[in-house]
Amino acid sequence: MAETMGSDKKTCDAIRVTTPLTREAALALRAGDAVLISGTIYTARDAAHARLVELLDADKADRGDNADHGDSANRADRDARTGRAADAVCATEPTARFPFPIRDAILYYVGPTPAKPGQVIGSAGPTTSYRMDAYAPRLIELGLRGMIGKGRRSAQVVECMKRCGAVYFGAVGGAAALLSKHITASRVVCYEDLGAEAIHELRVEDFPATVVIDALGGDLYDIGVQNYLDFAAAHALAAPPPGALPAL
Amino acid sequence: MREISADLVVETVRALCIEANQTLPADVSRRISACREREPWPSARATLEILGQNAEIARDEQVPLCQDTGMACVFLEVGQDVHIFGMGLREAVDEGVRRGYADGALRKSIVADPLRRANTRDNTPAMLHTDIVPGDRLTVTVAPKGIGSENMSRLVMLPPSAGEAGVKDFVVETVRLAGPNPCPPVVVGVGIGGSFDLVAALAKKALLRPLDSPNPDAFYAGIEAELLGRINALGIGPQGFGGKTTALGVNIEVYPTHIAGLPVAVNINCHVTRRAHAVL
Repeated sequence: MAETMGSDKKTCDAIRVTTPLTREAALALRAGDAVLISGTIYTARDAAHARLVELLDADKADRGDNADHGDSANRADRDARTGRAADAVCATEPTARFPFPIRDAILYYVGPTPAKPGQVIGSAGPTTSYRMDAYAPRLIELGLRGMIGKGRRSAQVVECMKRCGAVYFGAVGGAAALLSKHITASRVVCYEDLGAEAIHELRVEDFPATVVIDALGGDLYDIGVQNYLDFAAAHALAAPPPGALPAL
Repeated sequence: MREISADLVVETVRALCIEANQTLPADVSRRISACREREPWPSARATLEILGQNAEIARDEQVPLCQDTGMACVFLEVGQDVHIFGMGLREAVDEGVRRGYADGALRKSIVADPLRRANTRDNTPAMLHTDIVPGDRLTVTVAPKGIGSENMSRLVMLPPSAGEAGVKDFVVETVRLAGPNPCPPVVVGVGIGGSFDLVAALAKKALLRPLDSPNPDAFYAGIEAELLGRINALGIGPQGFGGKTTALGVNIEVYPTHIAGLPVAVNINCHVTRRAHAVL
């Protein structure tokens, strides 16, 4: 019980996260930690992810399939000798044409509303993340360190996050007017034709989020619910008897 | 026959699109506050507090509550003694959506074709439901619907033998499967009966009923309350981080059905359950 309340208390005691987010800093975060993110982050959602992965595929084709495998093998061998084995499988170099620095970056899954006159950005809350799951491992393997969204991730994404040392943050979905207050600058990086789905570079200050899945695979969607259910059972807050009408 | 200008329909739909996206309905706000008071889990209470603050910012600064300003779901009840003049009724509704989403700086989230996916860039067409009713009034309801919760909705054609228990289990299972994805605390719209197409429309219309108005049939009001209790015992909580408040309300709408069928549809809505209406 005390432990449950202890982990829950973290909401009042936020950890400051700055960009670029290093592997070491990401590894120190745990599911349930409240964080305040400051620095430069990038936006991308469905259509932008599809284009980024197309770009990587085109680059891979240009270099030839064997070259890529050779690079990885050589790098793994070199890293093993220099003691960097843990990072070896995640050390693929991004194509020179990649539109923003991906290594140690944080991506925000968001498609904001249009800015009104005098606004930096419109309302800007997180979109549901699973739609990016098909693409996310490719970016994590390039060194993407953090993702901000909402909702569950696939087992493949979590496995890749553990392998490469990446972290998944949840922002409060539907709190878009409040969250946009923490965005102080916005500019389009590329794919302007996608409108709200274009890749933007955002400056954020004390952007509030929660670590949902940490780099060890701990998942707040499982842990948080279980902690609450344990608490509810201990306090007899569990399901009402059949037929009883709850107050709300 | 009462004459209503299509221009008035355009202006009404325009204004309702903006109002619905900026101002949370009073019954939803009250329910979020009431759930916050009764929420025993500190982090869940903190999240509900944030939702209240967000609604205040959106209302005071006239900005959208959520960046997903949704599909423009428009419900018309057209009195059979009303004559609309000036342009087609659908054309007038779409023009209202076009102007509302432009003037309100709302996001344009509609693609013209589900597979080729080019954005229409003005959020048209509306998802339009029209009922012909007695009288000489035109009632317009705009309920912008985000896709995060829409994607977590489900429909099943149960055999009648599944009965009340089968219906209830399907509803609770839908919310459990949705988990954190639809931005809980959710509002659960349930349709029971009718046909395959009608039951989905019933579930959507259930979301239009204020949360403090139970089903007028005490039998279904009882099921609504029981389902809310079961859903709030799942422990999902606000944002799925754990807590009591998984749903703000469960609304059920029913319709006669076939002797051999028991259709059930569950339309999930997020905590930003938006709707605004006007009577012309």
